[in-house]
Amino acid sequence: MTATAELLHRITGDEKHAPSAHSTLDVLWVLYDRILRISPETADAPDRDRFLLSKGHGPAAYYAVLAAKGFFPESWLDDLGRWNSPLGHHPDRVLIPGVEVGTGSLGHGLGLGVGMVLGLRAQGFTRTRTFVLLGDAELDEGSNHEAIAYAAATRLPITAIVIDNRSSTHGWPGGIAARFPGWDVSVVDGRDRDRLELALRPRHDRPNLIVATVAQKGS
Amino acid sequence: MMRDTFVATTTDLLDEDPRTALVLADISADSFRSARDRHPDRVLNVGIREALMAGVAGGLALTGLRPFLHSYAPFAVDRAYEQLKLDLGHQDAGAVVVTIGGSYDASEEGYTHQSPGDVALLDTLEGWTVHVPGHRDEVPAMLREAARHDDRVYVRLSEQENDRAYPGGGRLRVLRRGGPLVVAVGPMLDPVLEATSGLDVTVAYTNMPRPFDAEGLRALTESDVVLVEPYLAGTSAAAVSAALEGRPHRVTHLGVGRHEVRNYGGWRDHARAHGLDAAGLRASIGQFLAL
Repeated sequence: MTATAELLHRITGDEKHAPSAHSTLDVLWVLYDRILRISPETADAPDRDRFLLSKGHGPAAYYAVLAAKGFFPESWLDDLGRWNSPLGHHPDRVLIPGVEVGTGSLGHGLGLGVGMVLGLRAQGFTRTRTFVLLGDAELDEGSNHEAIAYAAATRLPITAIVIDNRSSTHGWPGGIAARFPGWDVSVVDGRDRDRLELALRPRHDRPNLIVATVAQKGS
Repeated sequence: MMRDTFVATTTDLLDEDPRTALVLADISADSFRSARDRHPDRVLNVGIREALMAGVAGGLALTGLRPFLHSYAPFAVDRAYEQLKLDLGHQDAGAVVVTIGGSYDASEEGYTHQSPGDVALLDTLEGWTVHVPGHRDEVPAMLREAARHDDRVYVRLSEQENDRAYPGGGRLRVLRRGGPLVVAVGPMLDPVLEATSGLDVTVAYTNMPRPFDAEGLRALTESDVVLVEPYLAGTSAAAVSAALEGRPHRVTHLGVGRHEVRNYGGWRDHARAHGLDAAGLRASIGQFLAL
């Protein structure tokens, strides 16, 4: 993990801030280190687990974890956003090995993830799990709520992770979980890797939400 | 009706090809009930959620299936435009979008259910093949061809049909030889033939306006071109201009006007209001060609 911290510094050029400045880092590490059945060797296997970074903003932690796990050379991290770099300020699946979807415009990952779950099931890949990571502000986008309602109504086994750093302008009075009726819900400390693993590991026979709370943005 | 042909052919494809999937947003769900009973994993109705319909199609495609999606054009294209752009195009994924209700077919429903701009919107995106069948018997081959690859395909079904089908390819098909060229797209053929009856013009037909048959247009153009399409007038202006670049030509583009017609009635009434019935076309074509 120290290696990941170094990679983060390398990609951001920022030595002052601790890795905890990156709200998604611990969730991403737990997913790629302990949960997802995916590796550079199986990045194209049809039955691989799927991880979709719906919240495409601030992908430094995502890139650092993918590099640490060997999906692409660490040297790529030095050229973020440059003309010939595969790494942009939002991830592009066409350019980056291991990236399942190109995102950036908020509110697209959950719909794509629902389609993936359905496509995998139709082809008999019942062991494959699909995870979608969103931000709490991303939930402002209405398209999410089409996917949330449909997944609940059809008992679709998809796992959504919402990183809650209270960045939504108008907030979610009553809590984020209340926006996911019909989903299994757990709320965990987004910095506690063991608890994150406990929340992420079990399979569910209906949609599953994990709210990972981290310090408020800017705090 | 074209829609029935779409239902029958797509139902057959679902039976024949395990790669075929269908995503609906309530529209036409009843017509696919038997297909859904046989293939519940591949016939999916997401409810009245067109953004999700397109997103799901993108997800299905990324797992290797070949998704068809279907609704009224204003919902499948206008409303879900960003999903078509990002969940398909940006992902380098494809799907077959089959719509009804283009232009003014939903005449009694009003402008909320109409999309004269669907093809123009798709023209802003990369890699869409656009089919505009002029007859129901032209539809099955389009769908079967689209099921065999992974590209982005749009099939625009309409109430208005020509008397006979002209199956086959994306080339301009010459139906009448004479003077200046009149190109009719899809269901515009019969009114164009009637409007130009007795006039010394060449009439060519296409039911696949994208990619546009630039080579065919160059071969048939001497100077004057009239392009008649059943959606927003001038939608093909850029394609025609590109095809004829560097060659002296005069061109007029006839199609659906930009102004909203706040009347109901039938599609024939709206065709008349936009000058796309035979009489209106004869007036416009005659004036442009001074015939």
